[in-house]
Amino acid sequence: MIRINCPFCGERDHSEFSYGGDASIEYPALDASAEAWHDAIFLRENIRGMQAETWHHANGCRMWLIVERDTMTHEIKSVKPAHDGWAKAFKTGEDWA
Amino acid sequence: MTAKRLPNGGRIDRDQSLEFTWDGIHLKGYAGDSLASALIANNQMVLGRSFKYHRPRGVMSAGVEESGAMITVGNGAKREPNAKATTQELYDGLVAKGQNAWPNVRFDMGAVNSLFSRFFAAGFYYKTFMGLPPFESFSKGTGLWMQYERIIRKAAGMGEASREPDPDSYDHAHGFCDVLVVGSGPAGLQAALNAAKAGLDVWLVEQDWELGGDLLASGDPALEQKRLDLVAGLQQAGVRVMTRTTAFGLYDYGTAGLLERVTDHMSSPADYLPRQRFWTLRAKHTIVAAGALERGFAFGNNDRPGIMNASAGRVYLNRYGVLAGQNIVVATNNDSAYGTAVALANAGAQVSLFDARTAIGGDLMRIVGGARVHVHTGTVPFNANGRKGIGSIEIAESAASGWTAQGRHSCDLLLVSGGWSPVVHLMSHRGVRPEWNAEQACFIAPATDEPIHVAGSAAGIWNTDACFESGIAVASQVIAAMGGNVTISSQPLAGGWSSPIEPVYEIKVPNRELKSFVDPQHDVTASDVRLAHREGFVSVEHLKRYTTLGMATDGGKVGNVIGLALMAEALGRDIPEVGTTTFRPPYTPVSIGALTGRNLDEHFRPLRRTPMHDWNLAQGGRMQMAGLWHRPWYFARAREGITEAYIRETDTVRKTVGLCDVTSLGKIAIQGPDATEFLNQVYTNPFAKLPIGKARYGIMLRDDGIVFDDGTTWRLSETDYFMTTTTAHAGPVMVFLEELLQTRWQHLRVTLTSVSEQWAGSAVAGPKSRAVLEACVEDPAVMDNAVFPFMGVIETTFKGGIPCRIARISFSGEMAYEAYVPSDYGNAMMELLWPAAQAYDGCLYGLEALGALRIEKGHVTGAELDGRVSIDDAGLGKMASETKSFIGSAMRNRPELLREDRPRLVGIKPVNQSETFNAGAILCPADDVSGLGEGWITAVTHSPALGHWIGLGFIAGGYEAWEGKPLVAADPVRKGNINVEVISPHMVDPGGERMHG
Repeated sequence: MIRINCPFCGERDHSEFSYGGDASIEYPALDASAEAWHDAIFLRENIRGMQAETWHHANGCRMWLIVERDTMTHEIKSVKPAHDGWAKAFKTGEDWA
Repeated sequence: MTAKRLPNGGRIDRDQSLEFTWDGIHLKGYAGDSLASALIANNQMVLGRSFKYHRPRGVMSAGVEESGAMITVGNGAKREPNAKATTQELYDGLVAKGQNAWPNVRFDMGAVNSLFSRFFAAGFYYKTFMGLPPFESFSKGTGLWMQYERIIRKAAGMGEASREPDPDSYDHAHGFCDVLVVGSGPAGLQAALNAAKAGLDVWLVEQDWELGGDLLASGDPALEQKRLDLVAGLQQAGVRVMTRTTAFGLYDYGTAGLLERVTDHMSSPADYLPRQRFWTLRAKHTIVAAGALERGFAFGNNDRPGIMNASAGRVYLNRYGVLAGQNIVVATNNDSAYGTAVALANAGAQVSLFDARTAIGGDLMRIVGGARVHVHTGTVPFNANGRKGIGSIEIAESAASGWTAQGRHSCDLLLVSGGWSPVVHLMSHRGVRPEWNAEQACFIAPATDEPIHVAGSAAGIWNTDACFESGIAVASQVIAAMGGNVTISSQPLAGGWSSPIEPVYEIKVPNRELKSFVDPQHDVTASDVRLAHREGFVSVEHLKRYTTLGMATDGGKVGNVIGLALMAEALGRDIPEVGTTTFRPPYTPVSIGALTGRNLDEHFRPLRRTPMHDWNLAQGGRMQMAGLWHRPWYFARAREGITEAYIRETDTVRKTVGLCDVTSLGKIAIQGPDATEFLNQVYTNPFAKLPIGKARYGIMLRDDGIVFDDGTTWRLSETDYFMTTTTAHAGPVMVFLEELLQTRWQHLRVTLTSVSEQWAGSAVAGPKSRAVLEACVEDPAVMDNAVFPFMGVIETTFKGGIPCRIARISFSGEMAYEAYVPSDYGNAMMELLWPAAQAYDGCLYGLEALGALRIEKGHVTGAELDGRVSIDDAGLGKMASETKSFIGSAMRNRPELLREDRPRLVGIKPVNQSETFNAGAILCPADDVSGLGEGWITAVTHSPALGHWIGLGFIAGGYEAWEGKPLVAADPVRKGNINVEVISPHMVDPGGERMHG
């Protein structure tokens, strides 16, 4: 059981979360070409080691998170909100939203 | 062996006699007995039959490593096969039976297998019956093979599970702690106490029913006092102590799986108690003080009843007050058996000790002291004589080139110690590969980066005092790591015997071919291991699978090391070069019931009911599962079945009016200054100019251009939208929209709130729908066609001041509305709408009629939008804007998705109008009914409007490609072939006049 330290809720079982995908993907603009979208959707690295991934705290605060996880050991290096505004607020302690 | 219960001694309560039944025989034991100790005390020697050869087997150990006394406990549906008599606590009224034998374990016809044992050697399963002589000529077909397999399965096996449902209940439970201590021997007790005294939250789990581990069999009053003091200390320090609880697995992040046996030791447990609890415990630190298991060594007939591991002899004596034999031989290659030999001699048995080592230290002779133990060095047994017990052993002497036969020695009990294997299982679960310690002849788990610490004999520490020290040391490390103030002490080294162990894995003498067992539970012998080697299985993992060594219910706790050593010998390599097998969870078997917990039958998954659930039932509604929801299926009137009911309901909606509970649709409040822009990018069709007070049907695609979901979205104000989704996709749509806003589209100022449970909804459909609503709202003027046209939205109140929002939208193709009220008003709304509908001879309708109405209109649902369908396939291509970009807009134009011959939505009707056909049928050209066909049927219904059966489906190229061509709905296992033709999917009122009316 991986334990994920949700910035909003605290440490929780991974069964509360659902896995999103590779957080390093930059989705193209909606009007970008089919080729650009093809690359973003279908071409994924199968990383052995530390990977930034999105997780959704589906059975919790419903926030999307970026989790740095080692795919070999399940070691989690960092967890932060996927939304930059929230991530910055957690870093600086300033209010946001 | 001739066992007897001693008049005193042991931890049993001689004042509390318990009656139990063994194979129909009534016997007596005492409180504190295990089933094995009670059976031995009653001189029951043959307790089981072996897996393949049906050899008689007796008790081989006193713990979880047991491979002989595999028995079935309980009767009927509660029957538990393959229980170990050694770990089964005795209780009054316990019923146990032997297994894998007919008529019983003492006289078993299956023992004839022994005569054919050459057929049952390693790989017998593959070789004997798959193309080797004499079967190669006629066993090519699988039919014959399956006949053999049935016979083999019957002949070789373990206990039989009940075929009835399990009547017991099981709980799942969760816990958190600072420190989990596994095992309550000297190291575990001491570690738990010290950690708790430092203020840490400690759980101590022990698979036995008493705390103490090896201390329970010490027979030493001073150690017993120390044990009592520690246990009292634990209580004082607030340690959570769980006996009868096995830590069966260690997982990521300090998660441990625990199985607590709550009632398995009770005669008549209270009804409210679960049989077992399955715990998921999250510990910051784990201390593994799980002990070590004594192994024997392989020699001729080393599986006979009357042969046990040496420490078991001491456990039965000191813990249960049972002297298991009168003329006892202890065979060993290490120091640990000496104390046992002395204790047995002091209890009145004749004891001879055969030590494989030629030189032993003076310390050992001091242990023996004045006890009447005859010590023979450089000699060990190589064969046991006897069948259902042993009468004598044959002795081998250490010689320059191995072992030579030397003589015979009579005995009725043989206790064997071939060394100790620390319980490395839990570390192995964490991916830690145990390392071979040649000095101690055992595997020891190295340190790990995880906060898991091994203490006591689990770390290869053999002396009791050193185990206490080990507990202190490990606790100090944990306390320090948790920020406590403590002096860190260092772990004692592995070992502790005065004379080094001499590795012995097999004793064989020249010119004697004897059956010597490595894994008795699976009947794997030393020659099987060598055979596997000869046949090329040199990897340990292959050896294990080929011979099934270590794959029985004990998981190779005893046999693995011996098998590995024999393989190393055959390969001419050292044990560490050959490797080790990986132990996987569970450490001991976990019942399926415990894994399931309460998640079965109606609790298998959550049940969602609408606020009108009981009201629907009261009106005669029959329910159907739609995902997790219970939705009305149909409302049968007198003498109606489902067919009559849904046809009447469909007809009534088209003719006057019907009401349908649509609460299960997903509902999302989408609010914020950028809500309009957001929706315009999510939906394929334009939303930028949707006026306030209007609803619009919308389709969403996935990123890859495939249809994701559809529904209506209502604009309530400049910045406030109310989205409905399909019932099935309510969750996934919400997740996707949240992802978009929190990751890709962070600049959009929009909030999402799932309000599916906040609003109860009813469809009001049919020509009289407006009249029904006029009768129910406080101000009928709001319903006027001029102010509330098709696709209009109003927020108003029902009579009695019930707030509601109504949209004029239609799934049925009739003039229709969806009305939503706050959930608590759901029943009140139905109480208003239903009499009003009845005034027009209206009806309540369910999913079946809903389906019929939508099929007639060619409206798609999840049956069609199955995750493979493009918007063009569904015939909704004109819903995709060409002037804006949206999710999926780039990918929907992939060449593959634009192919002319993609399956496209069509309507289907039978050529002969009296015929019916099924959803799932394959559409084939009438002259070529074969293969995968050209399409398939997704939904069918009888259409009251058309007077015959119709369906929806997909076919390559769609209507244009197949118009007027003869087709067959092929349904080979149900209906056969039905002649059909494709029609437009818009089968009733294609112009839509009825819903605009």
